[in-house]
Amino acid sequence: MKSAVVLLPGLNRDRDMIAALTKISGHAPATVWQTDTEIPDVDLIAIPGGFSFGDYLRCGAIAARMPVMRAVAEKAAKGVTVIGVCNGFQILVEAGLLPGALMRNSSLKFVCRQVKLEIANANTMFTRGYQPGQIIRSPVAHHDGNYFADPETLARLEGEGQVVFRYAEGTNPNGSINDIAGIVNDKGNVLGLMPHPENLIEAAHGGNDGRALFESALGIAA
Amino acid sequence: MKARITVTLKNGVLDPQGKAIEHALSGLGFDGVGQVRQGKVFDIELTGTNKAKAEADLKAMCDKLLANTVIENYAVEIA
Repeated sequence: MKSAVVLLPGLNRDRDMIAALTKISGHAPATVWQTDTEIPDVDLIAIPGGFSFGDYLRCGAIAARMPVMRAVAEKAAKGVTVIGVCNGFQILVEAGLLPGALMRNSSLKFVCRQVKLEIANANTMFTRGYQPGQIIRSPVAHHDGNYFADPETLARLEGEGQVVFRYAEGTNPNGSINDIAGIVNDKGNVLGLMPHPENLIEAAHGGNDGRALFESALGIAA
Repeated sequence: MKARITVTLKNGVLDPQGKAIEHALSGLGFDGVGQVRQGKVFDIELTGTNKAKAEADLKAMCDKLLANTVIENYAVEIA
């Protein structure tokens, strides 16, 4: 499976994402820069976390309007798998590839800790390596992870199984509506999540709870 | 031509920053402060002179970049 990682000024989890994809897929991902208008022929595109464009205007707002994101949208429309983590999630939402918005944490504080996630839908291409309802651990590190969607959108997300990850056991770190931590688009090939599964993929990280997400998306897990 | 764009959160969207400001104002001893909602202001200088075109352009700027219409409303004023 070939993958690509989108690079934008101000991202800082790009090396973590590249390392995770390299270790799990066995191949180093291609990298694409913000001004690139074409993305190589890959099966998976990852948008890492960080603070693209200094979070100016709104988190992910300026990144979402860079040329590379038009290329990501074209690939997503063709069915290529796309994962956005943290700032990558914010970028996907701002680009209109995922519904809703990510607002300032209700505590107004930056949160950097480990949370528990419930696999709210194990029947997606990103979660088929987990059990339904399984609780996994994942680090979070963000200031604007408070997911919001209007009632109609929320009802659709819940009804269609598009809520994939939920903060579990009272660990919601940001006030996110319905404890939403990650969602997929209606076609099921674009995932956005605030937690950082790429930072929990091997023993040296203290666990590998995030590994099955990448194995699932890369077609390695059953 | 000068324009001012005001971006505010839609009704029903929680505003924790506004809430914190509200508490801070009360803490400073200002009585009678009700709900506080915060937003953004953009002052934009435009080189053209056609007001109708400017208004259409400014609305397009809001829809495409300056406001996130999922959670925000905007108002355009041309001076």
